[in-house]
Amino acid sequence: MTQMIDLRRRGVLLSASAVALMAGYEKMAFAQGNGAASANDVGILNTALALENEAISAYQLGAQSGLLQKPVLEVAVLFQSHHKEHRDALIATIRKLGGTPVAAKSDAEVAKALNASALKTQTDVLRLAQRLEKGAANAYIGVIPSFGDRNLAQISARLAADEVMHWTALSGALQDPLPAKALSFGA
Amino acid sequence: MLARAAAVDTAAAADAQHGQELYESRCGGCHSLDANRVGPAHRGVYGRKAGSAPNFAYSTAVKSSTVVWEEKTLDAWLTNPQALIPGQRMNFRVAAAGDRADIIAYLRQQSGK
Repeated sequence: MTQMIDLRRRGVLLSASAVALMAGYEKMAFAQGNGAASANDVGILNTALALENEAISAYQLGAQSGLLQKPVLEVAVLFQSHHKEHRDALIATIRKLGGTPVAAKSDAEVAKALNASALKTQTDVLRLAQRLEKGAANAYIGVIPSFGDRNLAQISARLAADEVMHWTALSGALQDPLPAKALSFGA
Repeated sequence: MLARAAAVDTAAAADAQHGQELYESRCGGCHSLDANRVGPAHRGVYGRKAGSAPNFAYSTAVKSSTVVWEEKTLDAWLTNPQALIPGQRMNFRVAAAGDRADIIAYLRQQSGK
């Protein structure tokens, strides 16, 4: 029990750190005084938020499907917690930049869009998660040139790194071979 | 004239199969062919007006745009969306011209054009 509480505290501390980190960057964005660039940055962050919301729902659907066995289920819940930390940090930054965070779609809407009814096995769930994580990593890499605030671009790279870490773990669970060539993400 | 010839050459050389791989790995984080997700559904995108996929909540900028998606506009969009339609929300860029051409070839194929 003590260990669980410690883990929860660590989670809270990590979230707070992430939010504080991004809040610091937000001040830099304001300091630049470039309204158009800041507005565009808010747009990028909101698109990222929509992506994170979808990932949270996808992992929820996977966790509730009854298809995931331990320890895969525990890993899925851990990865979902990472996406929740990303979500919280993005919402805090969007608000501090004067934007309005987009609302999350319902799990049912996400399930329909991702055709979750077709998931029949643990492997199916892992394949979906693997595909979404790779797409998310590439999305974060692909928007880097568009940020007006280079500090936010760096945050995007850090978010991409988390998604790549998820993809790598999922690929290991699926016993997929590692990429034969370098620079396989963002390409 | 030379630019036009180069564009035709690029389109002719485009590889829809490679475009599918690129679409799934690079666009698939936000898009699907047949479902609105973070971004709009893409089947039928080639040849349709920007902001016209049914039931997708577009930005005002894209909704009010007069852009029609074909080779040239999709290439400009994937190069730098904000330069083509200021105020859009995608912002994802594909740097390599060959990759853009292949993705466009795939989208065109999936649009039956």
